[in-house]
Amino acid sequence: MKTVRIGCGAGFSGDRIDPALELATQGRLDYLVFECLAERTIALAHEARAQNPDAGYDPWLVKRIEAVLPACVEQSVKIVTNMGGANPPGAAAVVKELARTLGYRGLSIATVTGDDVLDVLRAGAFTITETGAPVATLGERLVSANAYIGAAPIAQALAGGADVILTGRAADPSLFVGPLVHEFGWSMNDWDRLGRGTLVGHLLECAGQITGGYFADPGFKDVSDLKRLGFPIAEVPEQGAIVITKVAGSGGRVTPATCKEQLLYELHDPAAYVTPDTIADFSRVRVTEVGYDRVAVDGATGRPAPEHLKVMLGYTDGYIGEGQISYAGPGAVKRARLAAAIVGERLRDAGVQAEELRCDLIGVDALHGGRLSAAACEPYEVRVRVAARVPSLDWARRIGHEVEALYTNGPAGGAGAVTSMRKVLSMASTLVPATLVRCHVRCEVA
Amino acid sequence: MTLRSLAHSRTGDKGTTLNISLIAFDERHYPKLVREVTASRVKSLFGDLITGDVIRYELPAIAALNFVLHGVAGGGVTRTLALDAHGKSLSSALLDMELPDGD
Repeated sequence: MKTVRIGCGAGFSGDRIDPALELATQGRLDYLVFECLAERTIALAHEARAQNPDAGYDPWLVKRIEAVLPACVEQSVKIVTNMGGANPPGAAAVVKELARTLGYRGLSIATVTGDDVLDVLRAGAFTITETGAPVATLGERLVSANAYIGAAPIAQALAGGADVILTGRAADPSLFVGPLVHEFGWSMNDWDRLGRGTLVGHLLECAGQITGGYFADPGFKDVSDLKRLGFPIAEVPEQGAIVITKVAGSGGRVTPATCKEQLLYELHDPAAYVTPDTIADFSRVRVTEVGYDRVAVDGATGRPAPEHLKVMLGYTDGYIGEGQISYAGPGAVKRARLAAAIVGERLRDAGVQAEELRCDLIGVDALHGGRLSAAACEPYEVRVRVAARVPSLDWARRIGHEVEALYTNGPAGGAGAVTSMRKVLSMASTLVPATLVRCHVRCEVA
Repeated sequence: MTLRSLAHSRTGDKGTTLNISLIAFDERHYPKLVREVTASRVKSLFGDLITGDVIRYELPAIAALNFVLHGVAGGGVTRTLALDAHGKSLSSALLDMELPDGD
């Protein structure tokens, strides 16, 4: 029976490149997928493209493709990625240039576009899912609107002979479903098969998170050779269990425990995992160890795809200013609390109108607040962190300035102050009828 | 005993909603997890860190529970001022929950 081997070479934009190279050279893959778009990444990419029309694709695109392309060409491994970001044609242009430089003339590079629905959103009446307010209330602050698109255009590009496929906001699992639809000739309304393919994508899309990354807890959950963490491979037969594994000899582990954690990662109702391709049901999935670093996963099904697609809206939302400074030794926590109080009062006296301001003591209460940390003993050293969301860059700068000024204007022994500020791009979502989102596949040859 | 000796956990985020999985190391302990780690107990553990409902899903096939926490204080990863913008560290707090000894 035919088995397709798919590897995942990146689970986010900043992911490590060495494990992807290991997969490309030693994974005996048919497909290498790079999933590099988080919810906000595409909005940041739109901002980058607004500054420079040639930009807006993943900042690591060239480094990644350069690393894996020789092995992928040699072994006929097809590359599928959403590194096109806000500008798949721009990404295709640089990959084409790279292929020519490396001597791979004839490489077929496809782009999938149509996820950018900003014009549709501006022309219609849509509602923000989180708040119930009309999308129109965002006005000029709205900078991006991208629909999660599905596997069909990816499969179409593969049918057209593409070697490298660059998409924008394709849904993460769809990057994996596309190759399976193409290889096995699945119909786009064969819901159970699409549900099974979606399971493959869901398990693999975070790369090292299923092979021992985001997992180790010494003494409770040990992971061997985490330093050389290998990235995952799915062996997918046309029917039956999928086997999750990795390159033999790479670091990390694939066990039922790592697979179960990833199965439930970012999952809400296990019986309704909504994607553009299907509403997948993972509630009866079984996980079985079938060898060393080999885990069989089986039992996913699917229901008809939703009639509406989720659209992520990026909008400008003021600025965040931040400052940090440390205190150590006896009385560190008291001095830190005094420092935080002084900064808060000085900002208020200066007339800084923060929409929200928070003071944390890193090492004491920054992650879970005062209640859960109340019983813990006092740390040797503590770091004060003051952060505020404000309407102007000037005020954002003032936050860090007041923290830094604690050196000579605050409690004794303040050390290691750092400051930062950034423009905030917030995200919200809405739903649009799938019929309003039209995808386009374009292929060019290097 | 704490939950950490019986189960492992991972946090995921989407917008202003978090999920925290809880997976028995040994499936024989699954009934105890179902009995002890209720949605209301998880909601009260996190207190004002979570402003909305906590919903629990049961996955007997893999001896796991999935908690979905609505209304993450601070407005979610893209706009929160929190140091842990994703809420990734919350699974560690869940595992510190005290359980009665025995099955």
